[in-house]
Amino acid sequence: MTDAPLEIETDVLVAEGGPAGTWAALRAADAGADVVLVDKGWCGASGATAAAGTGVWYVEPDPDTREAAMASREALGGYLADRGWMARVLDETYAGMNEFAERGRYPFPVDDEGRQIRRGVQGPEYMRRMRMLVRRAGVRILDHSPLLELLTDADGAVVGAVGQRRQAGGDYRVRAGAVVLATGGCAFASGALGTHVDTGDGTLAAAEVGAHLSGMEFSNAYAIAPAHSSVTKTAYYSYASFYRADGTVLEGAGSTRGRSVIARTLLSEPVLARLDHAGPAEREAMRRGQPNFFLAFDRAGIDPFTDRFPITLLAEGTVRGTGGIALASTACDTDVPGLYAAGDTATREYICGGFTGGGSHNAAWALSSGSWAGCAAARYARTATDRHRVATGAGGAGLRPTGTGRLAAREVIREVQGQVLPYDLNYLRHGDRLWPALEKLHGLWREARDGLVDDDPWRAREAAAMTATARWMYTAALARDESRGMHKREDRPGLDPAWHQRLDVGGLDEPWTRTAALEVAA
Amino acid sequence: MIEIVSAERCIGCDRCVDICPTDVFDRGSGGVPVIARQADCQTCFLCEAWCPVDALFVAPERDPLPERLDEADVGGTLGSYREAIGWGHGRTPGARIAVGPPLRHEPGDRPGPPLV
Repeated sequence: MTDAPLEIETDVLVAEGGPAGTWAALRAADAGADVVLVDKGWCGASGATAAAGTGVWYVEPDPDTREAAMASREALGGYLADRGWMARVLDETYAGMNEFAERGRYPFPVDDEGRQIRRGVQGPEYMRRMRMLVRRAGVRILDHSPLLELLTDADGAVVGAVGQRRQAGGDYRVRAGAVVLATGGCAFASGALGTHVDTGDGTLAAAEVGAHLSGMEFSNAYAIAPAHSSVTKTAYYSYASFYRADGTVLEGAGSTRGRSVIARTLLSEPVLARLDHAGPAEREAMRRGQPNFFLAFDRAGIDPFTDRFPITLLAEGTVRGTGGIALASTACDTDVPGLYAAGDTATREYICGGFTGGGSHNAAWALSSGSWAGCAAARYARTATDRHRVATGAGGAGLRPTGTGRLAAREVIREVQGQVLPYDLNYLRHGDRLWPALEKLHGLWREARDGLVDDDPWRAREAAAMTATARWMYTAALARDESRGMHKREDRPGLDPAWHQRLDVGGLDEPWTRTAALEVAA
Repeated sequence: MIEIVSAERCIGCDRCVDICPTDVFDRGSGGVPVIARQADCQTCFLCEAWCPVDALFVAPERDPLPERLDEADVGGTLGSYREAIGWGHGRTPGARIAVGPPLRHEPGDRPGPPLV
């Protein structure tokens, strides 16, 4: 790193340009703010949405329909969601998608009566149009520019960030009136579609300046994919039957509630699937609905409707799990002045409880929380007075060694994966297995603190962020002494009414937990 | 993972170098991008979608293939993803017709609306 850093001053800095980040940038720019958006990859292709297609929780504003929509996941989420937040997300999403149809000229499909169907988007098309909208709004985009750390002033307020310019070379240093973190969840480089950039970088940076998290026990979403492939589209496996290698049906296996049967079986033998419940019409509709689903089959010479093919479960961590940075209100503000969180970086418990936000809820949440964070950050930035007050980098692990580095970043990532990807550790949870795993993760954190051997700071930060995220996950999973939502403890089966509350988690060297009330200002 | 950059088809626009979210390509000295960090490829197929001349091939495998693929073996596949999502001049955007089947539920659940 010999080049002088690129110095930029702006009102609002948005970290990452997936759906949440682009909505945040758009709204902040609409509110009159100068906006800079930095993306670890390329805004428009980065993240889980761009690579796939997603439903959107777009519900007509009819009271009965809205009521049914809000009620649908309440039990699955263990009654940890909040009707006030859900109603606001439904309103914002409805308005936002309608605006996107006009302003983004998105080619939604039309129904028999000629009305656009706005309940879903194709990822590549959605995100290329969001990039266009953001650029048209005057936002400055720095691609291939991963965030490394946040900058704080003497009072602890966030006043900017530092990152690395992978292609251009050197670092950037952005002084900003407010920062929106939209860096996604953490999927631990499991190979799940589009999630390689989702390594928890922003979450670590937020914790380093004093933000805390919530719902990190709800972090064990796993998606079905063909064994050789990255293409996760669990919904289509609702048309599948599941088999053992000898061709006998795997009893109890299913794409939703029967997924744990698949996980348990995969521990000792292969599981095969065949989409044998799809008739000709459904087969055609699948191809139109999600073309990339078939790349994995067509190019491997598999007919998923007639051939049995081996499957796997890929961890989606907090991308389709729901935990993340806790918010103070629907302004998406955090514990730290000047810092906002949106999309999968923030907890989605407010609308999902302990159930997955996968698909439509996460998409609605990204749009809504991004929009709110962008507006609030623009408003806050106007109150920030001196942009040149002394600022200090808050980054620790992976950035500022406290000892002598021994392990390479890639080794740490492999070791973390060894503790968070296995089904019998994270998916099928048991205290007796989680404790030793957490101990190993604590050891890796100490290694990351001492220092990591890597030429690329961003790679070391990925390793540190994955380690930190894994520790918050298991710390919370061990603290929640029951089964609720996706968090299922074999040693603590069933709901415990005493645990009808949220669980905060935070801390770096010494992770802590505390129970938290369900009510958060909507 | 990304396996092929077709030197024959490539026009040297470097679009793939720009858009790859995991920065897999480097600009090549002869104008044709090179696969510099294949291990970082996340098999998202987006480089194929963005390549204006269908010069790229991403194998469906999450891991690198044991042997280098020959372009002649996959020639018919080049551009098939871009075509499927309806990107390219004169095509109908795939988004316009992307209405999937209804989500089937397990016994006891109510059927959902068609997936979009």
